[in-house]
Amino acid sequence: MDLLRFSTAGSVDDGKSTLIGRLLYDSKGIFEDQLAAIERTSRRRGYQQVDLALLTDGLRAEREQGITIDVAYRYFATPRRKFIIADTPGHVQYTRNMVTGASTADLAIVLIDARKGVLEQSHRHAFIATLLGIPHLVVAVNKMDLVGYSEETFNAIRDDFSAWAQKLDVHDIQFIPLSALHGDNVVTRSVAMPWYQGPSLLYHLENVYIGSDRNLIDARFPVQWIIRPQTDAHHDYRGYAGQIAAGVFRKGDQVTILPSGKTTHIKRIETMDGELEAAGPPMSVSMLLEDDIDISRGDMICRPHNQPTVANELDAMMCWMADSALRPGGRYLLKHTTKTVKAVVDDLRYRIDVNTLHRDQAADQLGLNEIGRIHLRTSSPLQLDPYDLSRTTGGFILIDDTTFDTVGAGMVIHAGPEKQQVPADEALEGALDDAEVPVAA
Amino acid sequence: MIPFESQPEVMARGNLSHLDALEAESVFIMREVAAEFERPVLLFSGGKDSIVMLRLAEKAFRPAKFPFPVMHIDTGHNFPEVLEYRDRTVERLGERLIVASVQESIDNGRVQEEPGNPSRNRLQTTTLLDAIAEHQFDAVFGGARRDEEKARAKERVFSLRDEFGQWEPKAQRPELWSLYNGKIRKGQHMRVFPISNWTEMDVWQYIERENVEVPSIYFAHQRDVFRRDGMWLSTSEFLPNRDDEEVQHMTVRYRTVGDMTCTGAVDSPAANLADIILEVAAARITERGATRADDAFSETAMEDRKREGYF
Ligand SMILES: Nc1nc2c(ncn2[C@@H]2O[C@H](COP(=O)(O)OP(=O)(O)O)[C@@H](O)[C@H]2O)c(=O)[nH]1
Repeated sequence: MDLLRFSTAGSVDDGKSTLIGRLLYDSKGIFEDQLAAIERTSRRRGYQQVDLALLTDGLRAEREQGITIDVAYRYFATPRRKFIIADTPGHVQYTRNMVTGASTADLAIVLIDARKGVLEQSHRHAFIATLLGIPHLVVAVNKMDLVGYSEETFNAIRDDFSAWAQKLDVHDIQFIPLSALHGDNVVTRSVAMPWYQGPSLLYHLENVYIGSDRNLIDARFPVQWIIRPQTDAHHDYRGYAGQIAAGVFRKGDQVTILPSGKTTHIKRIETMDGELEAAGPPMSVSMLLEDDIDISRGDMICRPHNQPTVANELDAMMCWMADSALRPGGRYLLKHTTKTVKAVVDDLRYRIDVNTLHRDQAADQLGLNEIGRIHLRTSSPLQLDPYDLSRTTGGFILIDDTTFDTVGAGMVIHAGPEKQQVPADEALEGALDDAEVPVAA
Repeated sequence: MIPFESQPEVMARGNLSHLDALEAESVFIMREVAAEFERPVLLFSGGKDSIVMLRLAEKAFRPAKFPFPVMHIDTGHNFPEVLEYRDRTVERLGERLIVASVQESIDNGRVQEEPGNPSRNRLQTTTLLDAIAEHQFDAVFGGARRDEEKARAKERVFSLRDEFGQWEPKAQRPELWSLYNGKIRKGQHMRVFPISNWTEMDVWQYIERENVEVPSIYFAHQRDVFRRDGMWLSTSEFLPNRDDEEVQHMTVRYRTVGDMTCTGAVDSPAANLADIILEVAAARITERGATRADDAFSETAMEDRKREGYF
């Protein structure tokens, strides 16, 4: 049994909560006492049937307002897989929550109300999923019961969305017609839609192939912690502990330590359970090296012939998460892998309209929930990869240096000195090409 | 653990088991805390979640000692089996144990027992906050899981607390990728939940896989119990039964181990880990609903307590 993390985004009333409630209910992820609680609430509010959507809103303020405003995590398992759902709100004012939920997801479900078709917000949800490098997209066309389970309606939505999605670098899109309320195509194939030959949603979630999503090529090991027992039994023991970000490391491999550039070999890879012949992402291991080299937290172990860029400036897509806007000249703390440095924003290249994907080069700030491309400089060098190569070595956060709040999420597009300016005509077009939008392969 | 020969092949196929993936994430979180905080502490109750936490700390830091002590908030109403287990386990691991006592908080007048309410769950908060202040802890590991309760589903792995230990659900920091923000200001501290993404099932499967010992009361045993508020409560010096509450001798076990006065036993013949896992798989009542008298009280009980600085 393996693990699939997915995020869900939909506009208010598209049926997201009902869908999640249905998945949990039908896979027995809901318990009797939880059900009893929502039954009571449903009755108190005078509903005709139990509102499964009540299962998924957590906090009191949200209960009072009747909307989902934060990211909530839900868990369920089938005999095939364990699932972690990042349930995120869909309204534009919660873009940052959507970005947060998407950051760790393997798959994103974008909900569309069959009666309304593809809306601006559907574009936004799909854009955020691709921006955050989610390799698999499911477009769930919900409320099919309200359009008479019409094949034409479904096909029109599919074609409309597909045409637009060509602008995005997304390789795997699965369209599924469903009724979350009645359970059609959620767990089992719908009898009401015999024209649909594809999988049910749950079947797809259980079987989508995620094995090739991890980067097993570009070996990257950010040093997190140094294990030094300083006991007689382990007198000279020095284990460089961390979680493998990408690539496969093997015992005996020649490795380079960055930023020093020194080279040595891997003597042992181990965990508490013993020695390993090889290790890949996302395993947490310790490495013991042949030579005594000065290595500290924040250094990166990689291969001599496949190194990240060591640079103190970079271009990145930035999602802003704070009330006070990001402006050129702004100073922050930047956390990347296991290293925290100071950073200054040099330039805001453009801001993206997350609905139309139009780039506004005249923008002079990024407000809360806005996304744009920036240039940054850091106080000391980082070991950077483009985000589309590795989410771990290409993603970073900005931290306010007085409140210490997390204020932004960044995805590296390019590390090192500035490339030439984006040509103006390209910027006008609104479409995003591979080079501009980081998308994990 | 993955057998030696098959490792590269397993990795190439990409399916690390869910337990391996969860373990790797939790170990990463523990090491981040060790690296970014001056004085962390790990809360240990002797319950299954904190047992998993201890095992994960071993995974993160062996062959060295933990870079933090282990702390038990002792309500004074513990199951004797659990206290015995606690002392033996910490000794076996060779780690440092701090016991912060609710009884002492009562004796020193820091808290008062509510008349008629034998449960000391609420009182723990003061004892915990006093211990954090006394030892100047800046990060506190807890074994809470997001699947336990609605309010927890939104809590961050790194959960910031103000000077009064309060959680502010509306002002949580965004938490992206595995980039945990460990920056705090003076007076604040961080609660850290490394097993946020584990479910009750994952916990038991891991305990079975790792073959770690758990307190005996998790397994079916004979006990004198009586019915109160829809639960089977154990007779003890702390909780005498009332005249109308008939004591029965039953085969029961516990799904959580907490304060004896408000932790209910379940009617279960599960005598080993395999039985427990089957039972959890079939269970249709959440562990909190089944065994904690204090949560059933209000739909928002947990959220209210968390705001007050509870675990
Ligand atoms: N007819 C029909 N109604 C649905 C369906 N899914 C959700 N609904 C209803 O649409 C409304 C909004 O659903 P909810 O799940 O709360 O939407 P959310 O805001 O996206 O979480 C509720 O009244 C649901 O009962 C569906 O498939 N068919």
